[in-house]
Parts: sequence; structure tokens; C-alpha cells
Amino acid sequence: MLSITDLSLTLAGKHADLAILRSVTLAVATGEAVGLVGESGSGKSMTLRSILHMAPVNATVTGQILLDGLDVLSLRGEDLRRMRSRDVSMIAQNPHAVLNPVLPVERYLVEGMHDAQGLATRLARVRAGELLEQVGIDEVDRVLRSYPHQLSGGMLQRVVIAGAIAGKPRLLLADEPTTALDVTTQAEVCAILDECRRELGMAMLFVTHDLDLAAAVCDRINVMKDGEIVETGVPEQLRDDPQHPYTRALMASRPAGIGWTRRGGTV
Amino acid sequence: MFVIRRLLALAGVLIVSSFLVFAAMYAAPGSPENFLVQGRTVSPDVLAAIREQYSLDDPFLVRFWNWITNVLHGDFGQSLSNRQDVGELLANRLPTTLMLVSLAAVIIVILGIGLGIIAGTRDGVVDKIIILGSNLGFAIPTFFAALILMSVFSVGLGWFPVFGSGDGFLDRIWHLTLPAFALALPSAAVVARITRTAIREERDSEHSAMARARGVPGGLVLRRHVIRNSMLPVSTIVGVHVAGLIAGSFVVEYAFTLDGLGTLLVGAVQRKDFAVVQAIAIILVAAFGIINLLVDLFYASIDPRVRLGLGA
Amino acid sequence: MSTQILPTHTRPAAPPLARFLVALYERMGVLGLIAIGIVLLVVLGAVLAPGIAPYDPTVGSVTQRYTGMTAEHLLGTDQAGRDIFSRLLWGARSSLAGPLIVVGVTAVFGNLIALVSVWWGGLVDSLLSRVLDLLFAFPNLLLAVLAIAVFGPSLTTAALALSIAYIPYTARVIRSTALRERNLPYVQSPQLQGISGAVITVRHLLPNIAPLIVTGATINFGFAMIELAALSFLGLGVQPPAADWGLMVSNGQQSLLKGYPAESLLAGLCIVLTVASLGYIGEKLGGRAAAGRKA
Repeated sequence: MLSITDLSLTLAGKHADLAILRSVTLAVATGEAVGLVGESGSGKSMTLRSILHMAPVNATVTGQILLDGLDVLSLRGEDLRRMRSRDVSMIAQNPHAVLNPVLPVERYLVEGMHDAQGLATRLARVRAGELLEQVGIDEVDRVLRSYPHQLSGGMLQRVVIAGAIAGKPRLLLADEPTTALDVTTQAEVCAILDECRRELGMAMLFVTHDLDLAAAVCDRINVMKDGEIVETGVPEQLRDDPQHPYTRALMASRPAGIGWTRRGGTV
Repeated sequence: MFVIRRLLALAGVLIVSSFLVFAAMYAAPGSPENFLVQGRTVSPDVLAAIREQYSLDDPFLVRFWNWITNVLHGDFGQSLSNRQDVGELLANRLPTTLMLVSLAAVIIVILGIGLGIIAGTRDGVVDKIIILGSNLGFAIPTFFAALILMSVFSVGLGWFPVFGSGDGFLDRIWHLTLPAFALALPSAAVVARITRTAIREERDSEHSAMARARGVPGGLVLRRHVIRNSMLPVSTIVGVHVAGLIAGSFVVEYAFTLDGLGTLLVGAVQRKDFAVVQAIAIILVAAFGIINLLVDLFYASIDPRVRLGLGA
Repeated sequence: MSTQILPTHTRPAAPPLARFLVALYERMGVLGLIAIGIVLLVVLGAVLAPGIAPYDPTVGSVTQRYTGMTAEHLLGTDQAGRDIFSRLLWGARSSLAGPLIVVGVTAVFGNLIALVSVWWGGLVDSLLSRVLDLLFAFPNLLLAVLAIAVFGPSLTTAALALSIAYIPYTARVIRSTALRERNLPYVQSPQLQGISGAVITVRHLLPNIAPLIVTGATINFGFAMIELAALSFLGLGVQPPAADWGLMVSNGQQSLLKGYPAESLLAGLCIVLTVASLGYIGEKLGGRAAAGRKA
């Protein structure tokens, strides 16, 4: 459903241009979870952000991004807005930066459903509560009334997930969704994300620097280095028979003795 | 709770500063009765009578106590130079200053924030012109701006009166328009500058970028996330500058010969009329403190992070 | 292979002055260079005034009133027949001397108070904070006007009074920065080694907050120039017949309304250009300091 072909991104610098992405090509099938793994600065986040036209203003983007045949990069104005509100949602790294600090949580959720997707305000309010229940929040009313600074990162990331699945998009973009959270809540949030995705049958492009996490969540993994995808494969393949030296290095640098658990069973 | 604590602090500051002002005037070289007799040779009896009339022979603390209790009852004493009731003098002068400062505050808000938003949301020439204007505007002293405005719009074009404060509400506004612009100019320049920076910061913030990425319409993102949030830092700066207008008004009133508190103060200083000087000083310190308090309260009311921090 | 050891920046390209100018240009930009030029010009005019001013700034001639621009009087004369160019040059002296006093006194006491309260903390800190709060309660100009009411109008009184008004601003900014720096390892570790507080403050803390101090001083200078000129305009600062820009704006007000704008206009422009230039330089310096801090 999502196919990225030859995506390149260059930042215009003062003295020289900086190539962030070099001809990135990858695909995500309907309902599939695809990982994008690499160290910081490898361009994985920029790949995600390019899909939503969130590249910096001084960037030149070339190549093609097709979303069910729709040429995403050529979208402008209302068409772009519709794609952003209906088809693709993003979950970013730091939920405290994503929510406007001076508006309560309810406004965040209602804004997404009412102002972006056109649902009536009253319905959006009701739905906001349901969504929070869906992502495992107990004190729905208290959370809805809270301001972002009053909630923990884990709680807030659930709110962001609730907002992301509100419009039942076909594609979820997750940009290190658990990196900024406490270790104890990481697994929980990841599980909620995985569950919601499966229930609604959404595809996901999952960016992380953590190969184990990607292996646990994703059907397929792309390894990225210096703006290029160096290797693609299912998790087991990358573990047993890594082709690219960089993948091998990544595998070798993992702490020993951690088994890969996926779909309920140890691989 | 917060308000009560702040009000108590303000009261404390007012008491201490009135003590300091009173003490400074007391310690000033040259005794008041010499000023009162204005260099004429008078008999010791007359001097004694004068000292008696103004209670100049009481110990310092007694005099301060009498003065401050009278002030609290609304009695500011008598002007040394023309024996007028100081309270009455102030009451006559207050409306002009109040109106001048209010008009200037309105101009700062509209012009400063307005231009700042335009510069912040638009790139290119408009932005550059506003930045340059702000850089220059900040460097123009109010008295110089006053002169320029006066010579262009009053003397040259004849649109506004040259001097005086006018009678009646509308006439007053007409008389005070140019002074208010002169007074507001440097502050409006700074506010425009800060607004522009704040707008740009918010425009590039993750939460506005994410709002756009969620498909929230651009105009809404601008209003709800960019402008609204940038007003938090801007409101503090506006408050500081509005409070600062109190002192700036002396200069503009003097330049336009308006009958406000500022001209009264400058005249009183030149005549060494300490009764008037200390009364105005206390009133201005109080006004300064109250405006600053109001600004803090306003800020707490628009930023949930501050408001809720107080309850804890 | 010895060529590789040579650092690249030692290439002997330009003479030192040119290199310095290029570095200055890269740091400040075109406007920055113009601003520096204006400030240098003003300083030069002030220093050389006794030598280059063609006339005595305080003595006029009744026959020479409002001459306009002539060969004898480059910028014309005022209503008392005094040469405006000479008065501008001499005026630069008091217009710069006043702010210099303010900036000097403010820098010394503001930083001293800040560093003392940060280093001793506790009672000293809270006591000094109360004093600063009290000073904050007075608008700058009001404090200056009150001091002048007590001690009589003069440039020195006005400048000292303004210094007192500025001290809390400097002290507060420096205090909060120094407080942050104080808890960093580079300050903490010599303290554990038993090196005295004063030595650490001077040797480690001070150099690290120096850029902030310089920026603050530049900006204060501009503020002080405007406020001192305002006091002179009110007749509470520099006293006639001395030449001072603020006084000249005020003095020329009547002439301006009569159609002879030169005196007020030129004196006002001198203030505007000097303050704008200082502001721009301060901003560039501050931007550098802030950028260095973020990294």
C-alpha cells in the first residue's frame, strides 16, 4: 500500500548541501508492520516525516511516495490536508512536545477529530472518552481534563496513540514511540500500540534504533545507515544470516542472552 | 493565597520605599524653612512660626509617622511652594497621565503585537522592514519622537494641537494622540521584536508541526497553536513595558507641556517642593507595583502551567 | 608528510589588519561593520573634540544666529549663534561619559552582588535579593529624578542614580546564570579540592559568564544614553550652557517649531544612530554568546 521509491532528501547548507536521504526505497503492504532501524542521524525519522510533508523548509525532496497509488509528494492544499487527517497518522517520540502545553488533553483529541476530520464536536467529545478507554486509560475524565504537564510520558503517549487511531487511518507512522518513556512503561505502550494496530488492521512503519524492539513488533525490518537502506529482511533472517557488515555490527552490539519474542512465542 | 501574599509584599515595599523617600528628602541639603522664606531675611520669630506650622522641629520618626498616617487617610499635606493641598493637585493632574499611559498601552498592544505577528508569519521583505523599523524605533528617545511628531503632524500638517491636554473626553484623546504615540514608540518596537521571535519559535515547535501533520487547517494552527502560545512570553514583556510607561510619561508630558503628574513632578523637583515630590513618588511606586502584580496575575490566568502550579 | 601537520588556518594569506576585518565581517555582517564604524566615529569625535571643534561650544554671537549651512558653520548655528557642529562634538563627550559611568558602576556592583549572593547563598543571598526587590519597585527614571531632587541636578547625580536603578537588572541576570554554573563540575571540583571561593569565582566562574556581562553592558549603555539624555531634556541632567545631545534636542525645540530644525534634529539623530548601533552590536554579541551556551 505504501511504496517509497528513490526518495532523496538534501538540506541546503550555508557552504555545502547535506544529503540526508540517498535513494531510499521501501514498501509496506496492507496491514503489515515494517521496521526502520538505524543509529541516530541515519535518516530514518526524516523518511517518516517526508511522507507527511514535514521535511524542513530548506530541504529538497525527490523521488516518489505512493500511498495506494496516490502520489503523496505532489499533494498540495486541501488534498494534502485530507491525506494527513484521514489516511496517515504519526506518533512521535516525545509526547510532551506533541501536545500544546496550554490546552487540555480533550482539546487535543477533539481537534484531531473535529477540526481535522470534520466530526461534530459533541460526537468527538464522546469518542475521545471511548478512545482513551481503548488505549487502557482508567480515569478517562481526569485525563481528559488534564493539561499535558500533569500527565506522565507513558500516559500522554497513550493519548497520542488514541489520537492517531481516532480516524482509523490505513497507515501508522511511529517515530521511536517509546524511546522517551520510562523503561517500565515502554513495553506497555508498545503492546497497546501493537494491539490497536492489529485490531484496526492498520499498516505501520516503525522507526527505532532498537533492533530487538523492531524484531518484536515488525514483520519485516529495513536497516538504515547514512541515509541509505543497506539491508531488508524478516527478523529471523537478519539474526541468522546478516548480509551487510553494518547489520552484523548491530547484531553483535546487542546485549547477550535476550531472545526475540514475537507473536507470543520465542523465536 | 498567591494574591494575598503578593499584596502583602507590595504593601511592605510601599512602606519601606516611602520611608526611604521621606528619609532622603529629610536628609537633603538645604532646610525647608530657608526654601519657604526664599532667601528673604526674616526674624527668628517668623522662622520659629514656620517651623511650628510645618512641624519641622519634631523628631524624624514622629514626622514620618504623622506623614504616613495622613497619607493613609488620603491627606498628602500641603505644597511648600504654593500651599495648595497636594492631594487636590494630584487629583487634578492624574487624569491626563492616566489617559496618556492607557492610550500608549493600547498603541503598544495593537502596533507592537500586530506588527510582530505580521513579521513573524511572513518571510522576506515585510519581515526585514519590520525588523529594521523595530531596531530603529527602539533607539528613538521618546522626547525626540515627540518633537518629530509635533513638527510634522502639528506644525507641518496641522492635524493635531501642538500643546495642552484638552477638555472633555474626545478632545483629550485628540490632544493626547501624538504624545501617546511618542511614548509608545520604543516599547512598541521592542514588543514587535519579541512577538516576532515568539511567533517563529512557536511556528517551528513540534506541537504546531504535529497539528499540521494531523491535518488541522493551517489558519487554525496559526491561531490556536502559534499565536495563542506566543502570547505567553509576549504578555509579560507588554506588562513590563506598560509599567515602564509611568516613568516615560514624565518626559513626553514635558515635551508636549501636558498638565500631568510628570510635569508636576519635574516642576516640584526644580522648586525643591518635597511635599509634592514624595507624594508623587509614592503614588508612582504603588502604580508600578500594581501594574506588575496585575501582569503576573494575568499571566497565571492564561498559562495553565503557572495557574496549576499555584494550587499545589 | 610534514605538510599534513600544518593546521589549515595558518596559511599566510592576508596582512593582520585585513584578516581582522574579514573575521569581523564574518562575525558582524555589513550592518555590524557600519554600526561599529558609527560608534568609533562618535568616540573619536568625543575624544578629539577640543582639537577639531572649530568653535567654542558655549559661546555664540548674536550676529550669527541661524546661519544655516555655510563654509564657516558646517551644520549651521543655533538661536544663540553657537556652532552646531562644535556643540555636537563636545556634546558627544557628556553623552558618552554619562553612560560610561552608569555601565561601569552597574557592572562592578551588579556583578559583585550577584557573585557574592551566589557564592555565600543563604542569608546573604536572601538579604541582597530583598534589597534588589526594593530597587525594582522604582521605575528607573523615577529613582533618578528623586536623587536629583535631593542632590540637585547634574550629570554625575543623574548617572549615579541611574546606575543604582540598573544594578538590580544586571545582578538578577548574572545571579541566575552564575547559580546554574556554580553547580557544574568545573566549579564544584576545585571547591572539593579546598580552593577558596573567591579564587574559584574569579578564576573559573567569571570567565564563563564574561560574554553575558559584556552583552549586558553594551545594551545598558544604550539605555543609559537615552535615559540620561531624557533627564538632560527635562533640565535635570547636564546643565546649560554645556553642550549635550539631550540638552540640544530640548534647546532646539523652540527653533524647530520656528522652522530651524537643525539643532534638535542633528542631536536627536546622533542619539538614535549611536543607540541603534550599540543595540545591534550587543545583539550580535549576545547571539554569539547564546549560541555558544546552547551547544
